[in-house]
Amino acid sequence: MKSNQTQIANFFPRDRSWHPKAYTPDYKTSVLRSPSRALIAFGNTLSETTGPAFGHDTIGPLDNDLVLNFAQSGMSAIGERVIVEGRVLDERGQPVPNVLIEFWQANAGGRYRHKKDGYLAPLDPNFGGCGRTLSGDDGAFAFRTIRPGPYPWPNGPNDWRPAHIHFSVFGLGFAQRLITQMYFEGDPLIPRCPIVRTINDPKAIDQLTARLDMSASAPMDALAYRFDIILRGSRSTLFENRLEGN
Amino acid sequence: MATPIENPLYPFKESPSQTAGPYVHIGLTPNFCGIPGVYDKDLGTAMVTDKTKGERIKLEGRVIDGGGNPLKDALVEIWQADADGIYRGRAEPEFSGWGRCPADAETGIFRFETIKPGRVAFPDGRLQAPHINVWIVARGINLGLNTRIYFEDEAEANAGDPVLARIEHRDRLTTLIAKGKAGAYSHDIHLQGPQETVFFDI
Ligand SMILES: [Fe+2]
Repeated sequence: MKSNQTQIANFFPRDRSWHPKAYTPDYKTSVLRSPSRALIAFGNTLSETTGPAFGHDTIGPLDNDLVLNFAQSGMSAIGERVIVEGRVLDERGQPVPNVLIEFWQANAGGRYRHKKDGYLAPLDPNFGGCGRTLSGDDGAFAFRTIRPGPYPWPNGPNDWRPAHIHFSVFGLGFAQRLITQMYFEGDPLIPRCPIVRTINDPKAIDQLTARLDMSASAPMDALAYRFDIILRGSRSTLFENRLEGN
Repeated sequence: MATPIENPLYPFKESPSQTAGPYVHIGLTPNFCGIPGVYDKDLGTAMVTDKTKGERIKLEGRVIDGGGNPLKDALVEIWQADADGIYRGRAEPEFSGWGRCPADAETGIFRFETIKPGRVAFPDGRLQAPHINVWIVARGINLGLNTRIYFEDEAEANAGDPVLARIEHRDRLTTLIAKGKAGAYSHDIHLQGPQETVFFDI
């Protein structure tokens, strides 16, 4: 199991200049929700290097297909059909296998199926907006969805989110837990978005921008976008430390 | 110090975080927020069964912003050892140690029914006090926040805890300790202000 009791090497420290800072006043909601005191560091203990694991019994057959997983029989979600595929790797470039990846998004018109979303664009009766999958032994994952629409949001007087898919990713240890968003190559709203701009380094923003991948597309069916997810590495990964048959 | 991107030992940078946004419950607890039928149940909502070993506890609290308002769109996950102080994951079908709870849409309250965790060794062999590891995401939180919950009725263990010992400003210790006894605890997490909770860079 992943939560073995052998103390493993610490995860590489998080590079907090690469991540957004907590206090980013151009994203107004962060103002009252950002801690102002210094974080306390103590390295890693078993509490940080272990984490929950999920098996294939968790995942239903349509969980990775947002086109169909909320649709009535014989129906499908409206929008540009896309495949999102990539790998979960660590900072050393090693695959992170068998980890749970969850994703959620607006529909093709930019509307979420949520009672607090009052955007003018209509709900799609055949689109729920959530999905999940496990990475394979090589860290690879894929799912099918529709390309979400951009949407306006209350922040500045005329702020719009670029088209994006939200991702939640587990690692092998709880300290690797990560939530992020995926953007689509070429979207002119990316550099204008105050949430994107909570990230300082353009290279970091580029890392969240999925690339059109014609080789993975399904002809006459769906375009593909490539999105790799990188989790914190450790000097000696938990995976390598797993005991035989453990 | 070499930056990771120049270091062949770790050629990649961690994917930068982005906020979970206002609709994180769609992705992580869809049944809770009115999207039934995609998953048979929301993950992490039931932590214990009749067969789980250990003292049953109820833990509830709120995540509170710098204006004193409870967050109603937060999501809280916890990760803890079992009663013997062992992190199980899926090795023990009766207790994985992981829980997930959306804040209540009206009150902002999160609740977990779990067990009191056992003590886990620090790397140098000393025992940590019983604690629950907490990860919080929400709209306006750009990078998930990590904190811990200790227990008021474990004063002796808390006094020897190597992580609590790292906290220089001793008056902040109370921000990590849930109040209560006899299996019912409450614990608010303050994102800002005079009662700001201690968050960790783990
Ligand atoms: Fe969004």
